[in-house]
Amino acid sequence: MTETGKLKESASQTAGPYVHIGCVPSFAGLTGMYGGRDPGAEMVTAEARGARIVVEGRVLDGEGAPVRDALIEIWQADAQGLYHSPAETRGAADPGFTGWGRQPSDAKTGQFRFETLKPGQVPWAGGQMQAPHISVWIVARGINLGLSTRIYFSDEAEANATDPLLQQIGDPARVATMIADKTAQGYSIEIRLQGENETVFLDV
Amino acid sequence: MAKGKVQSGAFNPRDLARHPSPLTPSYRSSVLRAPAHARISFENSLSEITGPVFGQGLLGPADNDLTINYAQPGQSAIGERIIVHGRLLDEDARPVSSALLEFWQANAGGRYRHKNDGYVAPLDPNFGGCGRTVTAQDGSYSFRTIRPGPYPWPNGGNDWRPAHIHFSVFGDGFAQRLITQMYFQGDPHIQLCPIVQTIKDPDAIDQLTAQLDMDNTVPMDAIAYRFDIVLRGRRSTLFENRLEGN
Ligand SMILES: [Fe+3]
Repeated sequence: MTETGKLKESASQTAGPYVHIGCVPSFAGLTGMYGGRDPGAEMVTAEARGARIVVEGRVLDGEGAPVRDALIEIWQADAQGLYHSPAETRGAADPGFTGWGRQPSDAKTGQFRFETLKPGQVPWAGGQMQAPHISVWIVARGINLGLSTRIYFSDEAEANATDPLLQQIGDPARVATMIADKTAQGYSIEIRLQGENETVFLDV
Repeated sequence: MAKGKVQSGAFNPRDLARHPSPLTPSYRSSVLRAPAHARISFENSLSEITGPVFGQGLLGPADNDLTINYAQPGQSAIGERIIVHGRLLDEDARPVSSALLEFWQANAGGRYRHKNDGYVAPLDPNFGGCGRTVTAQDGSYSFRTIRPGPYPWPNGGNDWRPAHIHFSVFGDGFAQRLITQMYFQGDPHIQLCPIVQTIKDPDAIDQLTAQLDMDNTVPMDAIAYRFDIVLRGRRSTLFENRLEGN
């Protein structure tokens, strides 16, 4: 028994090497499943406010090799800083944007790619504004409990400097692991599971 | 739970002792993929409390029947026909409704329909191995499939996975996101499997082991197994209380 609850959370188990069958079946070659559209493939579903961006990157293992069998999910606010979720109490999010994306890393290069919107700012628990960010969740063979991190943006230096989570982390070298670089189309980030410049992972 | 009631409090801290450690060398794939730093805890913000919610409208008619959802018309998958059902609850035993559950599994011979699976067991042309459903208001769910076979896997020795079904689970908040596996009561491979045994708490392994449920078996058709799933609970439900006061 936990102190606060009556039940205990079910334990995590690795997503394994065949997670694609269940989560991105078209990518896995199960043609026609779910109408041929993998869940989370499309985040901007209609005309939506804000700047369209491409967020791309790779997940790297302890030897620096790209993880080519990962599944990456992102969750973010719309351009106004509102979440498309029943638990969003501040207003209605942009109907043209789901806020949730799911992509496999490429089986050859390990590259992942999301077409999304630049998120607006969202308040912290105390009401102070956080810097714009994207929540990230990574599962793969060899990952026993899904890894949570965030993507912040290199061209938001001012907001990043006062972000409560980044301030809590403190160490500039560790903070830097969560900040995506500007590219022509959007942003790019390398997520390091282990070793030098290991990405900061969060106990969300 | 009445429609319109929204859970919006911060989540209970995760009991990491219930979950496998990141680095579990007996499960070889974890060695280069386990972060060395501890996870950083912080106060939940809306980014963690909110999450995508999926309605029943997402689903196709056969999404929750793996015996037919990849089969030729009039045919069905080979294997022991089973019904897997249960409830999705949080740690306070509240039902989690409108939650997307996705499942995937090997066929009756232990072979996945995946280009990286080279096991000699044959593919079943009528079995894809993928399905999904959305939980009802009381958190209940049910799907039909065939019992998957155990299979060998390259882990440095003679390792066999117990029969299992992989589950991907959404809650109301993105911080509840969970992937786990369901095992079958009485399977001798459970105690031998390096992946199962990454979980140190025997009670947590029992919680992932579905129980034979003769009461819900459909005679001459399918055997039922009961599998409840528990997600993190919330420390406060201020918004829910406010709605109730309206
Ligand atoms: Fe498996």
